[in-house]
Amino acid sequence: MTTLISQLINLFAAVILMLSFAMLAQRRILSLIHLFALQGLAVVGATTVVAYVTDQHHLYYSAALTLALKVFLIPWLLHRLIDRLNVRWDIETLINIPSTMLIGIVLVVFAFNLALPISQLSAAITRGTLGIALASVLLSFMMMIIRSKAVPQVIGFLAMENGLFFAATSATHGMPMVVELGIALDVLVGVFILGVFMFQIREQFDSLDIRHLENLKED
Amino acid sequence: MILGGLSIDWALFVIAVWLVLGLLGLAALRRFELVARVLFPLGALAGLVLAFAAVQGLLSTPEVAVLPIGLPQLPFHLRLDPLAAFFLFVIGAAGCGISLFAAGYFRKGEGTPPGLLCFEYHLFLASMALVVLADDAYAFMVAWESMALSSYFLVTTNHKVPEIRAAGFLYLLIAHVGAIAILLCFGVLQANTGDYTFANMRIQQLSPFWASAAFLLAVFGFGAKAGVLPLHVWLPEAHPAAPSPVSALMSGVMLKTAIYGLLRVGFDLLHLQLWWWGVLLLALGLATALFGVVFATVQSDMKRLLAYSSIENIGLLLAAIGLALVFRAYGMTALAALALTACLYHVASHAFFKSLLFLTTGSVLHATGERNLGHLGGLMRFMPWVAWLALIGVFASSGLPPFSGFVSEWLLLQSFLFTPGLPDSFLNMLIPLAAAAVALTAALAGYAMVKFFGVIFLGQPREEKLRQAHDAGMQEKAGMLWLAAWCVALGLLPNLMIRFIDPVTEKLVGQGLAQQAAANGWWLLTPTSIERASYGPLFFLLGVAAACAIAFVLVRLFYHGRLRRAAPWGCGYPWLTPRMQDTAEGYGQPIRQIFEPFFRLERQLPAPADRQPFYQVMVSDRFWHGVYLPIARAVEFLAALVGRLQQGRIATYLLYSFLTLLFMLLMVPGVKK
Amino acid sequence: MSLSSIFSQFLAIVAALLLAPLLMGWVNQWRAWFGNRSGAGLLQPYRMLHKLFHKESVVAESASPLFRFAPYVIFGCMLLASAIVPTLSTDLPLAPAADAIALVGLFALARIFISLAAMDIGTAFGTLGARREMLIGFLAEPALLTVLFTASLIGQSTSLSTIVETLAHKQFAIHPSLAFAGIAFTFVSFAENARVPVDNPATHLELTMIHEALILEYSGRHLALIEWAAALKLFAYSCIGLALFFPWGIAEAQAPLAMLFALPALVFKLATGGFLLALIETLSAKMRIFRVPEFLATAFLLAVIGMLTHILLGA
Repeated sequence: MTTLISQLINLFAAVILMLSFAMLAQRRILSLIHLFALQGLAVVGATTVVAYVTDQHHLYYSAALTLALKVFLIPWLLHRLIDRLNVRWDIETLINIPSTMLIGIVLVVFAFNLALPISQLSAAITRGTLGIALASVLLSFMMMIIRSKAVPQVIGFLAMENGLFFAATSATHGMPMVVELGIALDVLVGVFILGVFMFQIREQFDSLDIRHLENLKED
Repeated sequence: MILGGLSIDWALFVIAVWLVLGLLGLAALRRFELVARVLFPLGALAGLVLAFAAVQGLLSTPEVAVLPIGLPQLPFHLRLDPLAAFFLFVIGAAGCGISLFAAGYFRKGEGTPPGLLCFEYHLFLASMALVVLADDAYAFMVAWESMALSSYFLVTTNHKVPEIRAAGFLYLLIAHVGAIAILLCFGVLQANTGDYTFANMRIQQLSPFWASAAFLLAVFGFGAKAGVLPLHVWLPEAHPAAPSPVSALMSGVMLKTAIYGLLRVGFDLLHLQLWWWGVLLLALGLATALFGVVFATVQSDMKRLLAYSSIENIGLLLAAIGLALVFRAYGMTALAALALTACLYHVASHAFFKSLLFLTTGSVLHATGERNLGHLGGLMRFMPWVAWLALIGVFASSGLPPFSGFVSEWLLLQSFLFTPGLPDSFLNMLIPLAAAAVALTAALAGYAMVKFFGVIFLGQPREEKLRQAHDAGMQEKAGMLWLAAWCVALGLLPNLMIRFIDPVTEKLVGQGLAQQAAANGWWLLTPTSIERASYGPLFFLLGVAAACAIAFVLVRLFYHGRLRRAAPWGCGYPWLTPRMQDTAEGYGQPIRQIFEPFFRLERQLPAPADRQPFYQVMVSDRFWHGVYLPIARAVEFLAALVGRLQQGRIATYLLYSFLTLLFMLLMVPGVKK
Repeated sequence: MSLSSIFSQFLAIVAALLLAPLLMGWVNQWRAWFGNRSGAGLLQPYRMLHKLFHKESVVAESASPLFRFAPYVIFGCMLLASAIVPTLSTDLPLAPAADAIALVGLFALARIFISLAAMDIGTAFGTLGARREMLIGFLAEPALLTVLFTASLIGQSTSLSTIVETLAHKQFAIHPSLAFAGIAFTFVSFAENARVPVDNPATHLELTMIHEALILEYSGRHLALIEWAAALKLFAYSCIGLALFFPWGIAEAQAPLAMLFALPALVFKLATGGFLLALIETLSAKMRIFRVPEFLATAFLLAVIGMLTHILLGA
């Protein structure tokens, strides 16, 4: 039974990692949002399994919260956003995709070596997944760096939060409920603020390319 | 057993024969017939004898000899152990084929007189054999330097061409920088005992720091000879410059002496192996391999293409040595033996197929006078022998089953797949990436080789004169056939070859592979167990051949064998011209685009208003511009600084001497007090 | 080598030869139905092969023997490939001759032969096709090899039979690494079999075609052999995929009677796979040629990540 459970958690971890890579390689904003929602779903799955194994009820609540927020509400908001902004299709990346993925692999190796000492200390059933959680945080961070449009950057930011949440679940079986609620609220507010911000950028420059922000610098 | 007597005596006899043949060539400086028809074939025969002697040496205990030549008190110590014998075998067997070819290849009136060429060539062969036999640093360095010098003169055979002189100079320069590093390495290895014999070096217990210093110096020194990144720049210059048999000898055989040196220092002379040496070699090797093969695909000169492919193969050899070092450092001798077997197998395999390919370019060059792929094409119809033999080399070089290149690639990949047993988790993560890089390199090698063969031998001739191309002569064919036969034999009978590699791995890492490899029959290669991995090249060949034959017979039986010849389909366009084919540049274009960061591209684009639009793109090596030119500029700058000392006035020079004298007097301890 | 194993090997070869064109016909039929056409029927590939074998071969005047020799070699390679992939049974006497690495080598051999044959005549299309085929090959080959490495690491063996036996016997083991490998393998098989996102098997438009450009000069029995070989390749790839990711129902040496169930299981799995293939092909659009390296590089890197996850998670 425990082997099955640990295999399930590993599987969810691998799916989260795979979706992180898929988001790195995805050119279309619409598909990016779908992938983000899927990643949220995988996090929900992993959290539920951990909740079941460790019999911690608050994890069920945080899973439900994640489901509502990251699988339904935020993707829906983002959908509306890109409809309003009329940006559905291609995204430019600053580096080509295979090189991005190559850097991504390096990051994965790095993350695992970083997480190795910690996960060896932990006796938790999920110890192998801390490295994956860390890796997906780093990958999302990289996605924010290499994308030149504002919407994918916001998605990268949100995906980073997914990774963090998963790290918290896998390393310490979740944070206190208050902290989680706070973070969830922060993320939601963040999306609203960034949405407003994007409209402002577009009004100013007629484009969502954040490279235009460089023009604001005084010479 | 085969020859009787001591193998080392036979080896020395062959070296002496080669030297005598060289001297005879000097005596008959301009008698072309004698040199080509008698001396070179005799040299080939001597090579064959050397190969037999080496096989005999492989199977017997190490033999030593002391030659009282050179300086007094410093005789040449020679030793024939399995490692030396294996490389002697490669030198002898490949040298035999190349000498046979050379007998038919050299023509009258090509730069150097034939007699001199014969002298340099045989001196080159003899010094390579001596490098491998040497058992003290003194003999080793003498042989190493005479190898470098004789090959330098061979490269500059056509010394009237300025580019060839420049290529020769670059080669000599890098060879000497490398030789200095090797000398320093021996200096570290003898550990202040003042005894430069290898026997003494073996018993020294160096501290890890000094051992690492010696190893790094060896990597640099032998890397310069082998063409490891970033010391590879001389290879693509020197190989096209040299006559083809010489390119074959340099690429197929001489580069291996560097691998020999690395194995000798890393596994035999040093008593300990550290894991990070292996990682270093692995990284260096893979970078070299990938770099070499990517550059090979974009070349438009056939010999440069092969030169870059040699860089790739050296990279793979280095990666295999690195893997063996990692395993050895962790005490996993069985796996170290597997990786080392892969390395040695590839040494032999590369020696044969690369020599073969260089020889075919020689035949093409003689028949057409063209080296540029853009002016060749369709030669399969006019030179069928050369083309089919080249095809064997191409298959072996692309690592296709059932030819020789595949066996070594297979063994190498197998040894990569065993790495999850390593105790270090970081290495466990890195090594799969290395395996993937090897797979990518092998696939790209196929791309480069299809370009090589397709553009030279297939399609329509791109120039009218190619229709007059003639096939190779008897001796040339014989030489190439000998090498091609080895490519096939090594591919089909891996267990037989591994039996001869076994003594070497047993000596270097303490374990052999042969017994396990042939445990399930001589036709099946099973390095660990039959459940784990197996490869039966003969079955493989029989399977494909039987399917071909049955398909052929059944089609004839049930249907018919009617065939009609017609003009090719030109898509409705009636005049099919050779210019409609892909050029060599066009064939390499996708790779140029995908791997653009690897190259330094200089483009000249036509302007819209140009009457005669002109487009040019130059692909060059980033290392040349990023490493070598800055060094050259720095040296020039320093030289200019030193040049200021030179005033041309005697009084100034006297002043220098006077000041030096004063300084020296000041340094004498007694004066101060 | 027992009698039953020889029999199962023979059966595997016959099944491959007969089922391969049927699979092709099945996929084409579904493509037609998805495209709102009635389709040519399941047996169309057999009719085409029969017709092509009857026709006389027209060979270009300048063709070398290599050109006439190549179709037989390609056919032989593909037949051997489908003989060593465990389709019905893992008890194959030919299997020790070539493990997973040699299988990739076998595909490479066929690819190089077809590219060289295409360059032999010296037409613009032939060389264009050869270049594109090698372009796809040099990325697809290491990706396929890496996928097989992942499976080999799980099965502790590079022998396909052993891998399949290990995978089929594990008690409900979920291998996350195989998920990565599976996606990478799907990408690779689309590219290698000239299917839609990479190449369109139905087109003869010069700017887009790859496989068809290679074989433009072939006709009659040579073309028939090449087409049959292409069908065998699709069959072999499907069977590798089924054997690695859905290894149920394949008979083993200890249970020769399971062969009775293996054939229906195989047909069922192939039918599902063919349906999915046609569905994906219909839903996706063909890529520009220079997006293909990106597509395949993604596959390659996914396979590498799969191998990494295996080592990291130990599963």
